[in-house]
Amino acid sequence: MNFTLHIWRQENAKAKGRFETYKVSDISSDCSFLEMLDILNEQLINDHIAHPVCFDNDCREGICGMCGLYINGRPHGNDDGITTCQLHMRKFNDGDEIWIEPWRAKAFPVICDLVVDRSAFDKIIQAGGYISVTTGGVPDANTIPVAKRFADMAMDAAECIGCGACVAACKNASAMLFVGAKVAHLALLPQGQVEANERVKKMVCRMDELGFGSCTNTYACEAECPKQIKRQNIARLNREWIKQLFSGNHKPNE
Amino acid sequence: MQGLADGYFVLPYTLQNYLADQITVGHISTDTPEFDEAEQSVRQREERLMENGKRKTENGELHTVDHYHKALGKIMWEYVGMSRNEESLTKAATMIDELENEFWQHVQVPGDIESFNPEMEKALRLADYFELARLITADALHRKESCGGHFRTESQTEDGETLRDDQNYMYVAAWEYQGHGQPETLHKEPLNYEHIQIATRNYKN
Repeated sequence: MNFTLHIWRQENAKAKGRFETYKVSDISSDCSFLEMLDILNEQLINDHIAHPVCFDNDCREGICGMCGLYINGRPHGNDDGITTCQLHMRKFNDGDEIWIEPWRAKAFPVICDLVVDRSAFDKIIQAGGYISVTTGGVPDANTIPVAKRFADMAMDAAECIGCGACVAACKNASAMLFVGAKVAHLALLPQGQVEANERVKKMVCRMDELGFGSCTNTYACEAECPKQIKRQNIARLNREWIKQLFSGNHKPNE
Repeated sequence: MQGLADGYFVLPYTLQNYLADQITVGHISTDTPEFDEAEQSVRQREERLMENGKRKTENGELHTVDHYHKALGKIMWEYVGMSRNEESLTKAATMIDELENEFWQHVQVPGDIESFNPEMEKALRLADYFELARLITADALHRKESCGGHFRTESQTEDGETLRDDQNYMYVAAWEYQGHGQPETLHKEPLNYEHIQIATRNYKN
């Protein structure tokens, strides 16, 4: 298969970016999108055409959350429930023009080309996305009973891989689906309930500080999430937030 | 698969006690001779990797990092796989050395040292992989029995099952790094079972 690629090139966060056009040919339809970019880069280096295109990737099996490209106007490309590394060239037509952009959000500044700095997500997690436990032997399964319904909901929320597609898809660059998934995942389980009130407060405050936008409930995040995290997690986040307002067992100004 | 999954089970039971204490360790200063030394050595490696791209070369003389990564992967896959023998492993050891030499002389790393450079990252990682590949091969050569997920074709029973050698290899071990190009030192800890009888897994009856 042959493709014409229009790729966003930008040396660093301060440089002015632009689209550059490259052609790739004889691409197998079984090639993944990232493998296609590997082939392009090999070509760019060998033929001294340009610097290779920078893009983030790691596990290439849809679980690490590193790869995130805006492909033809959709985060992770034109397919549902997959990450960019799981997108295959057979989803395109021979001769297609493909536009490839980085995530665009104030809280995710461009590092180089298609690579953005998503450490804002790490900062939100550091603010409260954890439970405090004593280290040592791992407890046996079922020592803490969890109702199946809650276990299922927590597992669904825990599927979030923190890729940032929700933020990229949102017209306000809101991180509510991400924070909702993290808060809900822990708040639904007994282990997470101890710190639930403080957690939601700290994570939401940190999210606001980092420059993410507000949620206006358009749910583009849910539509584009590679792990199909449900918007109900946003509702649960709001509920946890309101709950902590009335709980009174948190220290003010913390 | 067993080789892949074992780490998943072992790590959470072994590492966290050591890591937990780190939470109380304050910020570690980079203002030390050790840090300077490490920084210097990384910089030297980076500069060496950049050199090939700077000298005058024939077309097709230089190759990308991915080219060498794939070549190394193919050696490991073919000769140091789940099923291996002395001949294949010896062959792999020579091939890895040759490929590593070739890598340092002909790898092309575009860009520069100061800016964001994923090709440089890959090249540095691959330089480590050569070392790791050599150690994996040396370890596999050293262990002449068939054990766990790995099959030494010389060590099998009459009907083609794995044949362990408990006389010589009933220990857990770690290899100690002795510097680049130096053979690693083997440290052994014997496995002494007091209450269980050593047996061999059998899926046939």
